[in-house]
Amino acid sequence: MTDPTDNQGIPEPDGDANLIETDYEIGQDNIEGSVGPFGFDIHNPVFMISGLSIMAFVFYALALPEQAGAIFGWLRPALTNIFDWFFLGAANIFVLFCLMLIVSPWGSVRLGGQDAKPDYGYVGWFAMLFAAGMGIGLMFFGVLEPVYHMAISEPLGVPTPFGADGTVIPENVEAAKAMGLAATIYHWGLHPWAIYAIVALALALFSFNKGLPLTIRSAFYPIFGDRVWGWTGHIIDTLAVFATLFGLATSLGFGAQQANAGLEHVFGIPNNVTVQVILITAITAVALVSVLRGLDGGVKVLSEINMGVAALLLLFVLLAGPTMVIFSDFFTGLGTYATEIVALSNPVGREDTGYRQGWTAFYWAWWISWSPFVGMFIARVSRGRTVREFLICVLIIPSLVCVLWMAVFGGVAIDQVLSDPATSSVKANVIDSYSPELSLFAMLEGLPLASITSVIGIVLVIVFFVTSSDSGSLVIDTITAGGKVDAPVPQRVFWCTFEGAVAIVLLIGGGLGALQAMVISTGLPFTIVLLLMCVAIVKGLQSERA
Amino acid sequence: MFQKIMVPVDLAHADRLERATTAAADLAKLYGATVVYVGVTAPTPSAIAHTPQEFAGKLQAFAADQAAKLGHQATSHAMVSHDPTIDLDDTLLKGLNETGADLVVMASHIPNVTDYIWPSNGGQIAAHAKASVFIVRMA
Repeated sequence: MTDPTDNQGIPEPDGDANLIETDYEIGQDNIEGSVGPFGFDIHNPVFMISGLSIMAFVFYALALPEQAGAIFGWLRPALTNIFDWFFLGAANIFVLFCLMLIVSPWGSVRLGGQDAKPDYGYVGWFAMLFAAGMGIGLMFFGVLEPVYHMAISEPLGVPTPFGADGTVIPENVEAAKAMGLAATIYHWGLHPWAIYAIVALALALFSFNKGLPLTIRSAFYPIFGDRVWGWTGHIIDTLAVFATLFGLATSLGFGAQQANAGLEHVFGIPNNVTVQVILITAITAVALVSVLRGLDGGVKVLSEINMGVAALLLLFVLLAGPTMVIFSDFFTGLGTYATEIVALSNPVGREDTGYRQGWTAFYWAWWISWSPFVGMFIARVSRGRTVREFLICVLIIPSLVCVLWMAVFGGVAIDQVLSDPATSSVKANVIDSYSPELSLFAMLEGLPLASITSVIGIVLVIVFFVTSSDSGSLVIDTITAGGKVDAPVPQRVFWCTFEGAVAIVLLIGGGLGALQAMVISTGLPFTIVLLLMCVAIVKGLQSERA
Repeated sequence: MFQKIMVPVDLAHADRLERATTAAADLAKLYGATVVYVGVTAPTPSAIAHTPQEFAGKLQAFAADQAAKLGHQATSHAMVSHDPTIDLDDTLLKGLNETGADLVVMASHIPNVTDYIWPSNGGQIAAHAKASVFIVRMA
């Protein structure tokens, strides 16, 4: 009695689906029920273990702040100092692996099957890529890093243009400028995006093409087999929730402090815990509205607005600053990045310890600790792209945008520092004293309409936090629901609120620094996880082409 | 009076649908209408299906099963939503448009306190659909 041709909604697949046969049924370990009027559908035991262990660590950081501070304060630099070669080497492997996939025949495999259509257009997709994982960093480090690397950290031993007495040494200027930009681009270009791309590709492949649940453990199926549905998988997923929630909460806490510093600088609003708690509450409230409006109506819309405003600010700085100098900086920076990338990414036998360990290894650990969250979010919105298209769009284009951003913000700042060192606010806040949270506003001060652009800057900082917070809540909700994306609404409300609450508790009680150090320390085990993912991706793609 | 009756179906909880499907079938037979079963899935794998295509197949089988059991004309219409928890109402309204149904028969829970914050799907559809809407309370 049915008419098969009347099933207009979804086209029939052309050819066999290449699913992984497993006895695991999505949601089989879930507990469904309700607490009062609120329904829930959670994975047992990932939801409970993650929730309880997060609370346990918060109590630990509050109860023994000095001990926690000492342990994690030691652990983080110890890891980046001892394992710098490992982080740098692994990140190089990720970049080469992605580039290899782009040119290999596997590049034609389509995520979601050969006939899948992309879920999102390019604009919405790019906006979400940026907003989830990197936007806030661009705001914070766009001015700070190029100036710092030019004048202080001396990557690859390129000398600073400032003498001991603070005067400019003209013969050092060109090389230091170019290296300042190139060393920054290195941290925001191919390597971080390759880290995100590996996780995103693994999850998208195993979920959309192989039919496994959209959760971190699925990427390990080719390695661990059916054991991923047991404790091996529980631990992987719990670690991912842990890194994501603490990564977001501690960034939110620090972000509130930075936004408060900006508000004090621009409006004279007092810089204290009360204002910061209000900021966190406001950011969480907006993120809550966003997750309640859903992926399309909230997260995507907010990401697009944010990208539009950021693009306008970029355009303004480009036009208000020394435009031709910026263009020249862009190409010089890009050229230096291209010629020095091998030297900058060399993991052994280098002298520039401060830059390599203090910045590069730290960044790699940081990106890697964020990769479960950003990677899973990217995976969710990338269905319908071919592997080649996916990698070009996740690796190459965001890298170029970051290069442009750094060239514009960093280029203007460097120009301000070098053309008038005596009065430069950037020099005062980055080189003479280290106030990273003020660096963006210090640069904007040197341009026209600073009172307006500073406000836009503060708004962007805040909204970029919202777009990380809402996408992060969706990711945690999906992982703790065993890969279900249609868990009841109260669950995403819970995670979004929980994240804000953890941030507030740590802000008031102390312990933000300790727990952020702990999150970054998870970068080490996750580096091994990512290397295994590369193997899993090859296995997965092999069976797609077979 | 009615030509096409749309019945939204949650395949994960098909057991809770019996009153609605029976009511829809009786109406269909009374007016000589076709029942179109509409299901919404996320693009990601779910407990019901690994892919949207598999979901469409299962929905079609469900429709065939209902048709055989209840003796009415039936078709199916599967739809994809990026975030079904939130977008279900909008997707169903779009489905109503796409199928051209002139009556919706859908199951809905008995309202409770959360309906003040998140109105039920049935309530939302009734508030926004141009077609007639018959909400069948779950027993």
